[in-house]
Amino acid sequence: MKLTMKVNGREVTGEVEGRTLLVDFLRSDLRLTGTHVGCDTSQCGACTVHVNGELVKSCTMFAAEADGAEVATIEGAAAEDGTLSAIQQAFQDHHGLQCGYCTPGMVMTAASLLKENPKPTEHEVRQYLEGNICRCTGYHNIVKAIMAASGQEMPAMAAE
Amino acid sequence: MPKDSGIGASSKRREDIRFLTGTGKYTDDINIHGQLYVHFLRADVAHAKLNGVDTAEAAAMPGVVRIFTGADFEAVGSIPCGWQITDRHGQPMQEPRHPVLAHGKIRHVGEPVAAVVAETRAQARDAAEAIVLDYDELPAVVDMKAAVAEGATKVHDELTSNLCYDWGFVEENKAATDAAFAAAAHVTTLELVNNRLVANPMEPRVAVGEYDRADDMHTLHTTSQNPHVIRLLMGAFVLGIPEHKLRVVAPDVGGGFGTKIFHYQEEAFCTFAAKALNRPVKWTSTRSEAFMSDAHGRDHVSKIQLALDADNNFTAIRTETYANMGAYLSTFAPSVPTWLHGTLMAGNYKTPLVYVNVKAVFTNTVPVDAYRGAGRPEATYQLERVIDMAARELGVDPVALRRQNYITQFPYATPVAVEYDTGDYNATMDKLTEIADFAGFEARRKESEARGKLRGLGVNSYIEACGIAPSNLVGQLGARAGLYDAATVRVNATGSISVMVGAHSHGQGHETSFPQVISEMIGIPEDQIDIVHGDTSKIPFGMGTYGSRSLAVCGSAMVRAAEKVINKAKRIAAHLLEASEGDIELKDGTFSVAGTDKSVAWGDVTLAAYVPHNYPLTDIEPGLEETAFYDPANFTYPAGAYACEVELDPETGHVKIERFSAADDFGNVINPMIVSGQVHGGIAQGIGQALLENCAYDADGQLISASYMDYAMPRADDLPFYSVDHSCQTPCTHNPLGVKGCGEAGAIGSPPSVVNAVIDAIQSGGMNVAHIDMPLTPHRVWAAMHAARTDAA
Repeated sequence: MKLTMKVNGREVTGEVEGRTLLVDFLRSDLRLTGTHVGCDTSQCGACTVHVNGELVKSCTMFAAEADGAEVATIEGAAAEDGTLSAIQQAFQDHHGLQCGYCTPGMVMTAASLLKENPKPTEHEVRQYLEGNICRCTGYHNIVKAIMAASGQEMPAMAAE
Repeated sequence: MPKDSGIGASSKRREDIRFLTGTGKYTDDINIHGQLYVHFLRADVAHAKLNGVDTAEAAAMPGVVRIFTGADFEAVGSIPCGWQITDRHGQPMQEPRHPVLAHGKIRHVGEPVAAVVAETRAQARDAAEAIVLDYDELPAVVDMKAAVAEGATKVHDELTSNLCYDWGFVEENKAATDAAFAAAAHVTTLELVNNRLVANPMEPRVAVGEYDRADDMHTLHTTSQNPHVIRLLMGAFVLGIPEHKLRVVAPDVGGGFGTKIFHYQEEAFCTFAAKALNRPVKWTSTRSEAFMSDAHGRDHVSKIQLALDADNNFTAIRTETYANMGAYLSTFAPSVPTWLHGTLMAGNYKTPLVYVNVKAVFTNTVPVDAYRGAGRPEATYQLERVIDMAARELGVDPVALRRQNYITQFPYATPVAVEYDTGDYNATMDKLTEIADFAGFEARRKESEARGKLRGLGVNSYIEACGIAPSNLVGQLGARAGLYDAATVRVNATGSISVMVGAHSHGQGHETSFPQVISEMIGIPEDQIDIVHGDTSKIPFGMGTYGSRSLAVCGSAMVRAAEKVINKAKRIAAHLLEASEGDIELKDGTFSVAGTDKSVAWGDVTLAAYVPHNYPLTDIEPGLEETAFYDPANFTYPAGAYACEVELDPETGHVKIERFSAADDFGNVINPMIVSGQVHGGIAQGIGQALLENCAYDADGQLISASYMDYAMPRADDLPFYSVDHSCQTPCTHNPLGVKGCGEAGAIGSPPSVVNAVIDAIQSGGMNVAHIDMPLTPHRVWAAMHAARTDAA
């Protein structure tokens, strides 16, 4: 079937099978390979994107379901001139990533969190990240980066 | 004042930009024109006689190009094992053939039996469902002790039994160790399980094979920690491809943790099939496949005994371990429970006698190999649990008991074949006491108790052997290859530098930290230096990244190559400055003549090397590029002290980590920010092992924890902020940077303190629970408390 959607502000069209997942459409058809696949049970969150402003694991949605939707992926997070968003910059400043594989999903999730809750507590950040698995960082610097991006003071334990 | 560049600076990671903007290049992001996709049909039973594979219907399905079975690989070599262990009786280990695709027999759930190559991934998957396997199921061998019992079903018919080896270390110490136990004032005995884990890097494995018929060139793009190792193993032992006709590329790799060291069948398959079909062949693992095909970790069942004299000095340690090898020997598997485990059994303590016995066992399970720490977490866990138990039995403070027995004089030759070059275990324990706020613990415990909760504090020390490895030594121990590393420092004409390194970065941040070293040595900005890694066609050689070796071994090679470059540049500078070479000094990117104001900039010297208009051509070859190989003289020995503080709900058995503190001695530190990050990640994996993760098989050999729905990965809300410190530094004495390695410490050092803390919490509630096996799930903890309450009643 044919579909049309707006991805990172740009209108795209494609032809997919009914069973094609949104993540496969993004990665294979649009070559937007920043969105990753880390599992097949919608647990890891590496494929997290925004669809019509909502946080979505793009492995749990058929591409066809996003027909006509506005989709935002990690490739659209920075400014046109390459300037990182405040969240992206905080991840670099606070070493919130290592291998980088879960990172796009983390950044998209963090953006959604701060939109809903601009000054989250540490507990709220950790709860919100429940659907995103990172195997490298132990989450310490991810939580720290998100809190920093929200403009809050660090808890004493996060100082290191 | 913290530095802002060079050695010791927390330079921000340059690789972050591509990862944060979605422009990293991972193996699955590689798509080659005309590529085909392979789907592996994997065994769904653990053990069976495979009579036939009927592919007729599947082969006729849309898009199918070819279906391969085990018969297609009869002329192909076995997936090789890189280590050979010699047993207690001087005999080599039993080493079975490891086929690319199962042939004649299925030996574990997940073993690839057939491979469907098709035009699309979906077509390959659809066709695989139409393949019919004809097999007769055999009893599955799952439990290790049952596997080596008389009359057990054999995993490999051609072997004499399921025992891979029975290893004694040091065998000559056995009689004396037994005598020390007979004479001991106190003996503590603990039986424990080091639970089977799955490494679970977030990027599943991927392989893309490519073949260029015109020049007979094979290329494999793969998710590897060590592309040269794959080239060597696959080229020389499996497919018979000479190294100059085989390029292995490991681009951005999404985490490894050990499981991407090994050479896997899927890599050999894609390389083989690309040539057979003359088209690129791509395989992308699903997470479900990863659970049943990535080598697993740990899985030891051990009994450890600690002998003490009347003054609580440790006099001897004796252990017996059953180590699961799984169905086949993975690349490093035999070395993990032996040379990476037995050699660390002395720990941080001056115990004069140690005897380690390890029985490695074949079972109908996924192969088991190195996972972050590899053998050293298993040693540390046994030792640090038995010491805690001994302290409890003797009624002494567990920290004081450790301090009393610490090694304090260096170098120290242990009774298990290694020599610690340097360390200060009291210093890290002192630092831990401070950062973990031991002094405030009793008040925190009272506060918890006031809320009906129990609070426990667990402490342990650890030591590891890193910087793997001195080639001569490991060769004597059974390694079939040297474990040195290499680097090339290529200075460009205008002074910028590309460094080609054998280490592979898949999260460790080498692209940032390695240039810090070169910047410090030459005095030019870090951004003038780039690191090239992960491609056998671009780098001279390298054994890759594992065993916390990158900086200690490959970094040392890089320093040696840079020293050669500097020495040559000084000779060129001497010519340009018309001075004697011995008078030339290099500082802040400028060569000067000692005691004069004559100087020449780094860039002018490098330009002269490439544009030799004014150049001593008869004395010095033009150009400025040097390669060095570095073979370490010894292992490095990072060590430290860890503390975990838990709050336990006595009603439910739920354990919450309230505080976790780590004081490490990594020797000199290049980038403190990156080092802290490595420790954080290791701690999370250690806490995961202690509380959450468990790779479980049922009695039929079915893997029952094969997804993130069943295998509990640590998540953000399971973990606290950690307090980590690496200010205690006793530099390594035998490598040029004085570095020890930091990648595995967190995973090695953390499980015992978590378990020690939970036992402490339970005991504080008046329940006599001496031990609970990991993972300490609420159910296990509750059951142990319930049994203790029932016993007491």
